[in-house]
Amino acid sequence: MDSTIKKQLEMTAVKVRMGVIEGTFNAKSGHPGGSLSISDLLTYLYSVKMNINPSDPDMKDRDRLVLSKGHCAPALYSVLAEKGFFPKEELKSLRHIGALLQGHPCIHIPGVDMSSGSLGQGISAACGMALAGKLDNADYKVYTILGDGEIEEGQVWEAAMFAAHYKLDNLVAIVDNNGLQIDGKISEVCSPEPITDKFAAFGWHVITMDAHDFDSIEKAFDEAEKISGKPVAIIQKSIKGKGVSFMEDKCSWHGTAPNKEQYDQAMAELNERLSSLEA
Amino acid sequence: MADIIKKATRESYGEALKELAKECDKLVVLDADLAEATKTVMFKKEYPERFIDCGIAEANMMGVAAGLAAAGKIPFASSFAMFAAGRAFEIVRNSIGYPHLNVKIGATHAGISVGEDGATHQCNEDIALMRTIPGMTIINPADHVEAKAAVKAAAAYEGPVYLRFGRLAAPVFNDEATYRFEIGKGIGLKDGTDVTIIATGLMVNEALEAAKMLEADGINARVINIHTIKPLDKEIVCKAAKETGLIVTVEEHSIIGGLGSAVSEAVTECCPVPVVRIGVNDEFGHSGPAVDLLKEFGLCKENIAVKVKEAVDRFKK
Repeated sequence: MDSTIKKQLEMTAVKVRMGVIEGTFNAKSGHPGGSLSISDLLTYLYSVKMNINPSDPDMKDRDRLVLSKGHCAPALYSVLAEKGFFPKEELKSLRHIGALLQGHPCIHIPGVDMSSGSLGQGISAACGMALAGKLDNADYKVYTILGDGEIEEGQVWEAAMFAAHYKLDNLVAIVDNNGLQIDGKISEVCSPEPITDKFAAFGWHVITMDAHDFDSIEKAFDEAEKISGKPVAIIQKSIKGKGVSFMEDKCSWHGTAPNKEQYDQAMAELNERLSSLEA
Repeated sequence: MADIIKKATRESYGEALKELAKECDKLVVLDADLAEATKTVMFKKEYPERFIDCGIAEANMMGVAAGLAAAGKIPFASSFAMFAAGRAFEIVRNSIGYPHLNVKIGATHAGISVGEDGATHQCNEDIALMRTIPGMTIINPADHVEAKAAVKAAAAYEGPVYLRFGRLAAPVFNDEATYRFEIGKGIGLKDGTDVTIIATGLMVNEALEAAKMLEADGINARVINIHTIKPLDKEIVCKAAKETGLIVTVEEHSIIGGLGSAVSEAVTECCPVPVVRIGVNDEFGHSGPAVDLLKEFGLCKENIAVKVKEAVDRFKK
């Protein structure tokens, strides 16, 4: 990847993470851990990959994204604000009464393609959108992001079977493999491993990538682009809470908001990172 | 007298889809391995490219339908009522209801008249479940003519609709030439002053027959067909409450949460009068021929007549 572009993406990703911290801190609730683990992915998709138009969010034949792990809405909202779908100021009223930004993605928010949050359902809706694209001979792509804990839901595998059967090669599902869910490590709660083998057995083309390295992300999506006749699953190895030292790889940061002191520390770390990138 | 034509409303569903497909190219039909039974097979044969078999996976089917609707299609997602409203309830609520997507749910094999398959497949709870979803329209047509009109009205309407069809061949009593269907508008079938029988679906014709039997007892019963259970036609219901002072509801569904509940709720608020509910009581069904089961569970003209007479004796004398 071109080093200028890479630096630009890294800076945007830091800003997206700041939005996650801003949103969850002001909401006094929400899910920072998993939001931070998909911040680089969302930055890449919305900055590089997706054909979207912030001034026309419902543009026909736009690329679509369904955040199947809907609890990570703070990251989606943050990237949408970064791209100009709505003012960044909205992040401060996340989850408040009367606010635009609901606790989980809602289709009525500019840039949000599907309501989601009840785990296992987003991937089915993404299949429906991809199928509509096929029926209409439209060339848009549909992306959906799942949690590695989320794939314990049976509906995910109904959808996985469906996508392969209907050869939805315009569909890319990214599994955020941070290894943690609410009750602990996914390997200890009720293991969905081996994830790559499962998607391969369901007829998907499977790619693995490092979720926090834009070179790896680009390589994975370049490969995905070349696949025809089957859907693509990208298993991204990620770190829950990535970018905020005290949140990294900690299960407890799944659904806990930072307090004032933690907010200040997180913002200081992110600002420091941004300054070093800008230098 | 000419023989009464009988036809199951699931047949009407298949026919209507096939006819609609000609004029509506956005229409797609989904099924979950039940096309032969839900009669979507009629559509499948003529429009295979717009027919999507999801296999035995109703949860995913409802989500796929939501995605298709979000991308501009008009999907009809079909299965038995038990699986469409029951198994897939949460997906219907969160992926279709909450985003208010333009998905039509074609639920066949509703009620006890499923017959021999027994309790696991006799869905008497679907109307209750669907009523709790904000913005969901629920239509339970009474015969072939009404069912076809309902499917077409649902396709023309923007928003989620739950359509309820039966397996059993039912008398066709509406005249196609003069029949007019409007979502949310009840139909007065017979005028009367002593009591109003409000029926839905398969029970509408039974209610009409019961009203005829009641004439012999000197009871002049009004009969109203409520094909749209949500939004309920409160005007026709409350007018009946005011003018006749007594209501009996009849439905092939649990007396909990269905037509009887909807009417009771409306009447309680607009004009409190006694409401007697006829339906499946708080119990499961069991195997048997459909017609025998309907009799056993009191979902027949004879029992309706008895219950209406009892109600009139109790409340009006």
